[in-house]
Amino acid sequence: MKFERYGKGLAKGLRVTIRHLLRHPITTQYPEQRLNTSRRIRGNELIWDNVKCTGCGTCAKTCPQGAIEIVTSANPVENKYIVEEYQVDTGYCIQCGLCVEVCPFEALYMGYSYERAKYRRGELVQTKEMMLESADRPASGYFYPDLAVKLPRQTLLVEKIVEKE
Amino acid sequence: MIANPSLNLEFYWQTLPPDWPGGFWWHWLVFTVIVITFVLTLVMGYIWIERRGMGRMQARLGPNRTGPFGLLQPVADAIKVLLKEDIIPAKGDKLVHWLAPVVAFTPALLIFAVVPFQEGAVLADLNIGILYVVAISSVSTVGIFMAGWGSNNKYSLLGAMRNVAAVVSYEIPLVLSIVGVVIIAGSLSLNQIVLAQDIPFILLQPLGFLLFFIGGCAEINRSPFDLMEADSELVAGFHTEYSGMKFALFYLAEYAEALAISAIITTLFLGGWRGPLLPPWLWFLLKVIAVFFVMVWTRTTFPRLRIDQLMALAWKFLLPLALINLIITGIQVLAWPEALPWVMIFVNIAIMAILVLLWSRFFKLGGGRVEV
Repeated sequence: MKFERYGKGLAKGLRVTIRHLLRHPITTQYPEQRLNTSRRIRGNELIWDNVKCTGCGTCAKTCPQGAIEIVTSANPVENKYIVEEYQVDTGYCIQCGLCVEVCPFEALYMGYSYERAKYRRGELVQTKEMMLESADRPASGYFYPDLAVKLPRQTLLVEKIVEKE
Repeated sequence: MIANPSLNLEFYWQTLPPDWPGGFWWHWLVFTVIVITFVLTLVMGYIWIERRGMGRMQARLGPNRTGPFGLLQPVADAIKVLLKEDIIPAKGDKLVHWLAPVVAFTPALLIFAVVPFQEGAVLADLNIGILYVVAISSVSTVGIFMAGWGSNNKYSLLGAMRNVAAVVSYEIPLVLSIVGVVIIAGSLSLNQIVLAQDIPFILLQPLGFLLFFIGGCAEINRSPFDLMEADSELVAGFHTEYSGMKFALFYLAEYAEALAISAIITTLFLGGWRGPLLPPWLWFLLKVIAVFFVMVWTRTTFPRLRIDQLMALAWKFLLPLALINLIITGIQVLAWPEALPWVMIFVNIAIMAILVLLWSRFFKLGGGRVEV
């Protein structure tokens, strides 16, 4: 005689739920509590280094969306380009990161921030001055491993789930 | 009058008709107010316990924004529902549609007329109390069927019809498991049943308790037997077409019925208001909430049954076991009326284990797909 349908499974299920009741809930209460994002996040903004940039325009050429607009003029004295206008319409940006990877002078970075929603479409356009790196616009470690190691480690939910034994 | 501790209860019982203690209009008034307040506040508490408890069991937090610990969430829900538009389907039966929530909710309140909150603290100590409960609690099914019919909606009607089928099936094992308790207690009055419980009847009637709990959960359409209001299958079943205050009444009725069933389980099986140290009404309250917690627990854990599984469980599992339980209880009471209660506890628990194991052998809950 084999007994298998007497409610063993039900008892097991009840044990699982009661153990969940006793452990800490997994929910993160977002605006008050935050998890660290990936150190290589491709956030929806671009960080631009105006010193390193030579105005070659490779980023604008490689952008699949055509979201980067660069206007340069020649400086015959120093034999350099002057970047007159540089702007990104982040509304078109698909965060592919190609511009960052392709930049020969390492002057572009993806942003580390993620709450970048705006009220108007026009506000999505980042102009030259807005694109510089600052305290509230940190650069992501994407494509730059040396930057990545300095950023805080990503919070993994796997590590948060600690069963109370 | 219950606040007066100097009241001589013996004298009280002798001078007044036993089925209507007090016999004064203010007794009726005071207890009506107590019952309504008790039901409404505890329903709010139940909603809170259910949502928070379920949340925690699913590793969530549950509502915690309105008030401390989300305590005001039921209030916020009630206000939201009250402010909503009251819609009656154009081709619905307007009178039936309007009457259905009232018919569904009132019986849940009426049940508390006979539930003793402590010694003698009961609106009407009917000598046929538990029969009254069984009779009244079935009336709410009529309300649910009226809702399904009056809505002029196939999903509502389907949900209501499933509900009627389920309630008719589960009524039988439910009543049969009550009879076991009545045989031991020797009375139908809920107050007498509580007084008879020197040992809680859950120990003397473990199988009866199991059957009553399953049947009770099915009777009030709680998960896992909630397929008449299965949100994912029937668009919430019979109350699809309800909004505003009428929906609130159905919501209230659902939890008031859960409250009623847990109060009756407490009275029949857990010794009602009896318990050491704490005041009786507090014991009653604690037990009621504990029973409801088990309901929340099972609701969170078990997946919903199919309609054929629901019927199979009632007719193939609960009904035969209820009959066997009844026969065994009858034999025990007749043959060994003076047997040691502790022996009986072990004998009955052993009988329950053996019966459940045996039935698991030759009863299948529709294992998998059925070829047609």
